[in-house]
Amino acid sequence: MATDWHPTAEIATLRERARLIAALRAFFAERDVLEVETPVLSYGGSTDVHLASLSTQATTPAGRETLWLQTSPEFHMKRLLAAGSGPIFQLARSFRDGEVGRRHNIEFTMLEWYRPGFSLAELISECDALIRQLLPQDPGPLRQRRYRQLFREALGVDPFTATLDELQRLASKHGGLDMANSPHDDCLDLLMSLVIEPTLGRDGVDVVVDYPASQAALARRHRDPQDGEWVAARFEIYLAGLELANGYDELIDANEQRSRFSADNAQRRALGRPEVDIDERLLAALAAGMPPGCGVALGLDRLLQLALGKERVAEVMAFATPRC
Amino acid sequence: MANYSTNEFKGGLKVMLDGDPCSIVENEFVKPGKGQAFNRVKLRNLMTGRVWERTFKSGESLESADVLELEMEYLYSDGEMWYFMMTDGSFEQYAAEKRALGDTEKWLKEQVAYTITLWDDKVINVNPPNFIELEVVETDPGLKGDTAQGGSKPATLSSGAVVRVPLFINQGEVLKIDTRSGEYVSRA
Repeated sequence: MATDWHPTAEIATLRERARLIAALRAFFAERDVLEVETPVLSYGGSTDVHLASLSTQATTPAGRETLWLQTSPEFHMKRLLAAGSGPIFQLARSFRDGEVGRRHNIEFTMLEWYRPGFSLAELISECDALIRQLLPQDPGPLRQRRYRQLFREALGVDPFTATLDELQRLASKHGGLDMANSPHDDCLDLLMSLVIEPTLGRDGVDVVVDYPASQAALARRHRDPQDGEWVAARFEIYLAGLELANGYDELIDANEQRSRFSADNAQRRALGRPEVDIDERLLAALAAGMPPGCGVALGLDRLLQLALGKERVAEVMAFATPRC
Repeated sequence: MANYSTNEFKGGLKVMLDGDPCSIVENEFVKPGKGQAFNRVKLRNLMTGRVWERTFKSGESLESADVLELEMEYLYSDGEMWYFMMTDGSFEQYAAEKRALGDTEKWLKEQVAYTITLWDDKVINVNPPNFIELEVVETDPGLKGDTAQGGSKPATLSSGAVVRVPLFINQGEVLKIDTRSGEYVSRA
């Protein structure tokens, strides 16, 4: 008899999931962070070169139109911030095409929250507190790790000054594939994913900071006070070799944001990937003025996977792809 | 020939890599939140049996390998080639070289069905059944009454394999052998 109608999570796990989500809501309620719900569908999509967006056709008063499924709730939430919402959080279904594996699912739950007026350090500490509240045991100390230092220690290379040729050779060697024609950031991503990431968060919570400026995404860039290099004001939190959260000191300059979107689409064209409609309403909101502050997106299913001691994200989801 | 992209890779899929047919063992999707995605793939080289670990950029593809696994009975050997016949009633015969036979050479017995791996219609691997019954053609005489005590002795079987057997086993007896470990299981 076919059993592929069964859930991918045990019912007992779903009970635990519900309990942990209730605890998470209590965490934000205590801190006066407002829970919001924003649409999954939008006229604007994520231009991020390495995210594949899903889209759908819908009949609206304007006729038959293409709408994008969000890859994260970021744009709508920033519009709320610009409209004066104050601190907000959301448990948002997000969609990333092609991402299926032990730690990925095409449709997943993103926990995203924004803190106007917070510094990155304040948000890191809040993120750490939330993770500790949901985990059954103490994960060990919170440690700040600089991106540059991690590469120097693990690979003996400075990711900011190494030549492209040097990075391509290292990436080819560690990946066992030909990276000779790959751009700078692809080589860094491969080395980060295959060599550094598995060692992170092993007996503590690791926060990686000071990313290369080329990997700023929607974060501000600034000069590193220690060595004068341009870095991205963003952090990532790792636990048990798993990337859990990605936080930004948010870019609030509409012109800079527009030029990053355009640069993404230019890179998409060059790679033969489809261009994505730029979210004009987000740009208008930024132009009207979004309060400075920080925001973070946390893969809720991964955190639950760790909290409940599961091997795969599918084990904490009722019906993971392709059981859906 | 069809191509398979990394997102179609799953256990058991047969693909070509570096000129050899391989079977995919494991496929892990690796991706930094906002970066290039990769697939970390383990493949068994069907020619050598060795497991390779390779990384692919997501979306890359490999050519499919025309590999079939079929049940065939062992017929005979002319010293150079070993001949097998399909068990589906077609009586179709295939010849295997010594290299494809590998360790299975010592587990060959006429009329027993083996799993034959064909690549482009050539035999590249011959797998014996997990258990096989073979006759003892040579061993020291059995020790009467010693049925419970430990201790073993070598015995040469009709296929040429030498296995450790209990002391009470005699020449001419038929034994059940586990081909995966090469160990005696019981009298047949």
